[in-house]
Amino acid sequence: MFDTLSERLSGIFDKLTRRGALSEADVTEAMREVRRALIEADVALDVVRSFTDKVRSRAVGADVIRSVTPGQMVVKIVHDQLVEMLGSEAEPIDLNAPAPVPIMMVGLQGSGKTTTSAKIARRLTQQQKRKVLMASLDVRRPAAQEQLRVLGEQNGIDTLPIVAGQSPTAIATRALQAARLGGYDVVILDTAGRTHIDEPLMIEMAEIKAIAKPHEILLVADSLTGQDAVNLARSFDERVGITGIVLTRADGDGRGGAALSMRAVTGKPIKLLGTGEKSDALEDFHPGRVANRILGM
Amino acid sequence: FTKRKLDAETLEEFEDVLIQADLGLPAATAITAAIAKGRFDKEIEGDEVKTILAEEVAKILTPVAKPLVLDPALKPHVILVVGVNGTGKTTTIGKLSAKLRAEGRTVMLAAGDTFRAAAVEQLKIWGERTGAAVVSRAIGADAAGLAFDALKEAQAAGTEVLIIDTAGRLQNRAELMAELEKIIRVIKKQDPAAPHTVLMTLDATTGQNALSQVEIFGRTAGVTGLVMTKLDGTARGGILVAIAEKYRLPIHFIGVGEGVDDLEPFEAEDFARAIAGLAG
Ligand SMILES: Nc1nc2c(ncn2[C@@H]2O[C@H](COP(=O)(O)OP(=O)(O)OP(=O)(O)O)[C@@H](O)[C@H]2O)c(=O)[nH]1
Ligand SMILES: Nc1nc2c(ncn2[C@@H]2O[C@H](COP(=O)(O)OP(=O)(O)OP(=O)(O)O)[C@@H](O)[C@H]2O)c(=O)[nH]1
Ligand SMILES: [K+]
Ligand SMILES: [Mg+2]
Ligand SMILES: [Mg+2]
Repeated sequence: MFDTLSERLSGIFDKLTRRGALSEADVTEAMREVRRALIEADVALDVVRSFTDKVRSRAVGADVIRSVTPGQMVVKIVHDQLVEMLGSEAEPIDLNAPAPVPIMMVGLQGSGKTTTSAKIARRLTQQQKRKVLMASLDVRRPAAQEQLRVLGEQNGIDTLPIVAGQSPTAIATRALQAARLGGYDVVILDTAGRTHIDEPLMIEMAEIKAIAKPHEILLVADSLTGQDAVNLARSFDERVGITGIVLTRADGDGRGGAALSMRAVTGKPIKLLGTGEKSDALEDFHPGRVANRILGM
Repeated sequence: FTKRKLDAETLEEFEDVLIQADLGLPAATAITAAIAKGRFDKEIEGDEVKTILAEEVAKILTPVAKPLVLDPALKPHVILVVGVNGTGKTTTIGKLSAKLRAEGRTVMLAAGDTFRAAAVEQLKIWGERTGAAVVSRAIGADAAGLAFDALKEAQAAGTEVLIIDTAGRLQNRAELMAELEKIIRVIKKQDPAAPHTVLMTLDATTGQNALSQVEIFGRTAGVTGLVMTKLDGTARGGILVAIAEKYRLPIHFIGVGEGVDDLEPFEAEDFARAIAGLAG
């Protein structure tokens, strides 16, 4: 992720820093190129616009134009703006709540919720010695509950026994009860994929939240997503109030614009990256490092 | 109706509409330029503008909008389904199986995703739903071997269509793409002309990466046609326009939901109108 964007931007900045003086026109031209680079990296158009506007208005300030190293100052402004957009500190999953801590996974169809549920459960079990229960609330996709059960078996994580015919809200109630009685530290609720304009399913999601009162609600989204990233992130956040984002398929060669878009419109941190199909392919997201990498620093 | 001038500002608004539909910059710029040609600075009706936009997009898509044609002489006609993880391969197979069964054909499904948890069970449910036999092996089995066995079984049974599911894979994962090549090689040992159709699913929410998906799957798996899934959300799937221009691969179907009937023929004009923001 981000490699192509990084290459494009460093090309633009090289040109800028090689110059002695900078005119307002030079800055405008550079921002036009930055705009192209961001759009080609799938950053949502509105996010691109607000980004380049902010950078331009700071950069055409008199001190930049008159400074000895104006190019470097522009690069610094871009860097600061990127950090503002992505956040600076890593924000891991928060378990600071009475046990069992409920974590709810939400997102579009096929984004990677079930796989990520198992990855998180495995990490909490192995690295933090937590006792984790996973429950599938997906009664729609064929064999969805079976998928989570198999992942639990493969990774030594308990899963809530499957009871045919139960509704997602009933399963949520049962999962919390089982987690309490079983002395679990964490209970992960994997939900069915849904499009954010499917009203009945969005209502169902809010009902599950009301029952489970999750401490974390993670939006699981595909890092290859295009311009739709803003719509989906905004809608899920509005309807359930997400606490963080997990970006999957970060092992792909996507340009990562969805990361910037989703963080920008929700203000919610990207907490984790999915980097493969296997259950150990999960990494922390360090926004500060990512900003540096994007700018080739 | 409000009239407006087709000036630079209006044209930029069009370009923005296209970018937001994921056409990507080159296609968005080219289409906007085509619209401006001969009309620049002329007055046009508000809605006419969108119609012109839709027409320009449709011009690119119409040549690739082609139905999936199966050869009735083949027993079986082999369809291999490939694509990136979670793009809708297995579900599309279920929907396609339903269509073919409704046309009175016999269908066999091969559970070639021997990797993902419960991928086999998922396909089996689609087989039950649509009245198609399912050939499967245990999780972890060799996918190429399974495909080979399924083809032999379909031949022996005189089945008309065999649809082979595969595990999702990212196109930049060389080892997984090599595995796909192996599946095809092994199928050819049994029938040198197979697979007769290689369908690739593309997720409408995917951005510019879809171009590289088509490029690499096209090269390694010999994709013969595309299906765009998940068009029931808010994503417009405009990257198909760039793909149509560059690769000229036929587009057969669109997926518009998770149900068995949610597979529709790809209609260039409808798709173009949706991109332009015209209802219906
Ligand atoms: N390469 C790669 N594949 C992933 C990653 N995360 C998930 N996948 C794959 O993506 C596909 C879909 O994952 P699921 O976990 O089933 O997605 P989901 O969101 O639960 O899907 P639904 O429940 O149908 O909405 C599977 O093939 C996974 O193996 C990742 O980080 N990298
Ligand atoms: N809304 C919507 N969902 C779809 C559509 N097609 C498939 N899905 C959903 O997307 C998710 C993934 O679909 P699958 O068919 O499992 O995708 P796949 O490509 O086989 O996934 P892997 O085998 O894990 O790579 C499931 O939840 C499907 O129900 C569609 O057209 N619209
Ligand atoms: K996806
Ligand atoms: Mg799932
Ligand atoms: Mg599948």
